[in-house]
Amino acid sequence: MTATTANLRYSKEHEWVLQLEGNRVRIGITDYAQKSLGDIVFVENPEVGDEVTANESMGTIESVKAVSELFSPVSGAVISINEELEDAPETINEQPYDKGWLVEVELSNPEELEGLLNEEEYEAFINEGEE
Amino acid sequence: MTATFRYLPDTEKDQKEMLSLLNVHSIDDLFEDIPVDIRLEGELNIPKADPEPILLKKMSQLAGKNKHANHYPIFLGAGTYDHYIPSVVNHMISRSEFYTAYTPYQPEISQGELQAIFEFQTMVCELTGMDVANSSMYDGFTSLAEAASLAVASTRRSKVLVSKGVHPESRSILNTVARGQGYSVEEVNLAAETTDLERLQEQMEKDTAAVIVQYPNFFGSIEDIKEIKKIAAEKGALLVVSANPLALALLQAPGKLGADIVIGDMQPLGIPMAFGGPHCGYFAVNKKFMRKVPGRIVGQTSDEQGKRGFVLTLQAREQHIRRDKASSNICSNQALNALASAVCMSALGKQGIRHMAQLNLEKANYMAKLLEEKGFSVVNKSAFFNEFIVELPISVKEANAALFDAGIIGGYDLGTDYGSYNHMLVAVTDQRTKEEIDQFAEVLEAVVNGRV
Amino acid sequence: MVESNELIFEVSQPGRVGSSLPVSDVDKVDIHEKFPEHLIRDTPAELPEVSELQLVRHYTALSNKNHGIDNGFYPLGSCTMKYNPKINEDVARFEGFSRIHPYQPGETVQGALQLLYELQEELAEITGMDAVTLQPSAGAQGEWTGLMMVRAYHEQKGETRTKVLVPDSAHGTNPATATVAGYKAVTIPSNKDGLVDLEELKKHVDSDTAALMLTNPNTLGLFEKEIVEIANVVHEAGGLLYYDGANANAILGKTTPGKMGFDIVHLNLHKTFTTPHGGGGPGAGPVGVKEKLIPYLPIPRIEKANGTYVLNSNYPLSIGRVKGYYGNFGILVRAYTYIRTMGPDGLRQVSESAVLHANYLRKKLEPYFEAPYSQICKHEFVLSGSRQKKLGVRTLDMAKRLLDFGYHPPTIYFPLNVEECMMIEPTETESKETMDAFADVMAQISKEVEENPDMVLSAPHTTVIGRLDEVQAARQPVLRYKKEESAEKELVKA
Repeated sequence: MTATTANLRYSKEHEWVLQLEGNRVRIGITDYAQKSLGDIVFVENPEVGDEVTANESMGTIESVKAVSELFSPVSGAVISINEELEDAPETINEQPYDKGWLVEVELSNPEELEGLLNEEEYEAFINEGEE
Repeated sequence: MTATFRYLPDTEKDQKEMLSLLNVHSIDDLFEDIPVDIRLEGELNIPKADPEPILLKKMSQLAGKNKHANHYPIFLGAGTYDHYIPSVVNHMISRSEFYTAYTPYQPEISQGELQAIFEFQTMVCELTGMDVANSSMYDGFTSLAEAASLAVASTRRSKVLVSKGVHPESRSILNTVARGQGYSVEEVNLAAETTDLERLQEQMEKDTAAVIVQYPNFFGSIEDIKEIKKIAAEKGALLVVSANPLALALLQAPGKLGADIVIGDMQPLGIPMAFGGPHCGYFAVNKKFMRKVPGRIVGQTSDEQGKRGFVLTLQAREQHIRRDKASSNICSNQALNALASAVCMSALGKQGIRHMAQLNLEKANYMAKLLEEKGFSVVNKSAFFNEFIVELPISVKEANAALFDAGIIGGYDLGTDYGSYNHMLVAVTDQRTKEEIDQFAEVLEAVVNGRV
Repeated sequence: MVESNELIFEVSQPGRVGSSLPVSDVDKVDIHEKFPEHLIRDTPAELPEVSELQLVRHYTALSNKNHGIDNGFYPLGSCTMKYNPKINEDVARFEGFSRIHPYQPGETVQGALQLLYELQEELAEITGMDAVTLQPSAGAQGEWTGLMMVRAYHEQKGETRTKVLVPDSAHGTNPATATVAGYKAVTIPSNKDGLVDLEELKKHVDSDTAALMLTNPNTLGLFEKEIVEIANVVHEAGGLLYYDGANANAILGKTTPGKMGFDIVHLNLHKTFTTPHGGGGPGAGPVGVKEKLIPYLPIPRIEKANGTYVLNSNYPLSIGRVKGYYGNFGILVRAYTYIRTMGPDGLRQVSESAVLHANYLRKKLEPYFEAPYSQICKHEFVLSGSRQKKLGVRTLDMAKRLLDFGYHPPTIYFPLNVEECMMIEPTETESKETMDAFADVMAQISKEVEENPDMVLSAPHTTVIGRLDEVQAARQPVLRYKKEESAEKELVKA
């Protein structure tokens, strides 16, 4: 059983989005994603100031023997990155919804949030995949 | 059939037993899946097998057709050098636990190789002044092209500038590689025999990913890396330095002068010339590029008991994991030659490598002075390490023919690559004695005088 | 045997030396008078300081912690870990081969050029190609050289093609090479027999297809029976067929890539032609091509004119240089020596024995492990650890258990399309007794999985070190030794 949280939106690429003040959002990967990746050893985040586009790659996340693309769930400008991950990528495994967040983005198209899944829909989506 | 080839152990009895387990009559039955139309009729048209004693004799005769450096003092350099190789090097790399092993993917039974490479990486970092080195590349030339590709990928820019003081073969391979990867290569002209810094400055654009220079450069001269770094940094371009590792015993480490990537060939340290290969490229970077380095890297870790051990690490960069997303396709490298050069560096040691480099510096300078005394002019305006250009009143070809008649292999003809057919690039290594140098100068003097 | 775990830097003591250089016989040079001060080294490189015997003990101790073919069976699939003959090593070290400079005048290196020329001719014959370049240093570089020629060929015809097709069972270098040669790699799924699905292939082949890269036999050890049809599909669309020679050990003297319809071939001399793997290299990856691609071969080319061997760079359509000088010459000498040792009859027997051995071992192991493809194989075969996985033991664990018996494990988790894959290649140089003993151990391990899984899960038990923490290695990389750190460690201990 994997954990989810009610106040988040989810993408089918297993990212979560948390709305902060205004058009700012925080992005991370879900508990399901960190479990399937296994021990995370490195995250290549975009840089502050980079523009990211919904459903396009914004970086990579590495476990020992696999690399996955990080697909941005939204579009906008990166305003902050979680620098702690550089020295402690295992934080993503330990606290995917909390201290293991990846980046914060200023949305250029806030309506994109509507296209994301809510908790219930995301849970249904991953259960479908498991069967 | 009985076992007639010493590498093939099957006796007739073995074959019968194996076939019977498989429930087939003959080996041909195992090749039934090859369509008849494409089966080979008759034998391959290659020479018949030779028994070992006859083959040894034939190979020795073939090798005997080559004039080698043990019999002919050699003054050729231009990227490959005749240096002292301690006997211990060949003995250590001849331990078959090393040379008959595959890539160390099973660390529990590959600790020897892994630790040796970890030590090699450390030595490369020490010499270059960089943070991270990989376990080797094919050679210094391909290593340079990989460095350019890394610079292009990490800066997301599309052009590299390469000095004409960089080895012509490096530039040639860089062009081939760049064509595949879709970035452009622009050459920077020389002022005298070093990179023209004014031209370099003019050619810098905001799309320049890297400036690539050689240290010492192709003509033996020392480029001013510090100045070049300033020019590169103004436009945010990376500095790639191709360095001779032996010269680094005397020269300031490129890492301390601001190099972002340092590459080159370990051949001067423990690897035979062998007609140009196998040699051993090295690749060293700043920590910032650690996870972008091509090829294999060994890292230190520990086992469940906390015992120190070594593994191939950061493998997610590599082709076997990243497949079409990999930025380099390198798989096999030159590990055994990296080992050779690590053994050589350990044998020379902290003092020995400086001594060897100093011998090179002194012998080349002695030769230059001698030639000048005899009326030849040395072209290099900047200080040089162990090779330099001498201008001749005759063609290099003519001079080399005369030298060869006197039992000497002369220098490199700069005609083909630079259009100056009377410019000879002369390398004088630690292997050349005063007598050999004197003789070289005397022969040159005689052939020139004889012509007058 | 005393086990040494020290790094050479930890053995080092200031003032020791392991080599002997002459004193200078020419005038002294003060570097400070020659070079600008800022370009003179200010801190010496911390290379080790050890005596020659200390050096020998160090590397001998390291070698004792390494497993090579000479130590024991090495059934590493797709790597062709066959015996590396000793004569090859001796010949490559002849001073007439090892002590020559690549820029010596041609007339002083006729023996070397003759060897290269003849090797080109022989490899062309063995692969059924029209010309060969010996420049590439390894298989991956051969692939790239091949694809750069593919590119030049299409461009010369005024065509820009963007796709290179690669089966899902391909080695990782294939898609990576396609990318670095500027192509998009497109993966073609295999059919249920583990072979290229001709119908799927047809769907993907079009006027944008530059080439199809294929090994035959493929990485499952199966011969692509429909190879002629496959070639036709690709050729009809104007594409080229690239042969990855990683598995050429199965076909010597039996068929050739040329006969199968391939246009370009690379060989791994460190696999099929017995040159040592060296702990990762150096290898050599010569590339052969059919007539229509000859103009694009890398320069310089080695040719014979009026009984003399010469280098020729006068080929305007060439893709240029791909490697310094003429390739890994020392490796080429070894391969040449091997071909001379075996001759046509010997090479054919190599492939016959390699295939016989693989089938024999496959049959011996099939009772104990899932065999996803049970047809006749060529030089290698795959098994799946799926049965054992259900019992909680993974292929990785069984591989580690094999180490306890002195065997190098098979290739594991490759190809990617077989679950818990074990890929086994015994090679022709192993005796029946060795394979029988290996099969017995594999049977024992499969029994342990059922009766005493902990024995397997906690393996290896007899190696110099246990399973290493790869996560730690990748998270906090320590990629070099630093003197200060170990001094601190000493302090902590004290």
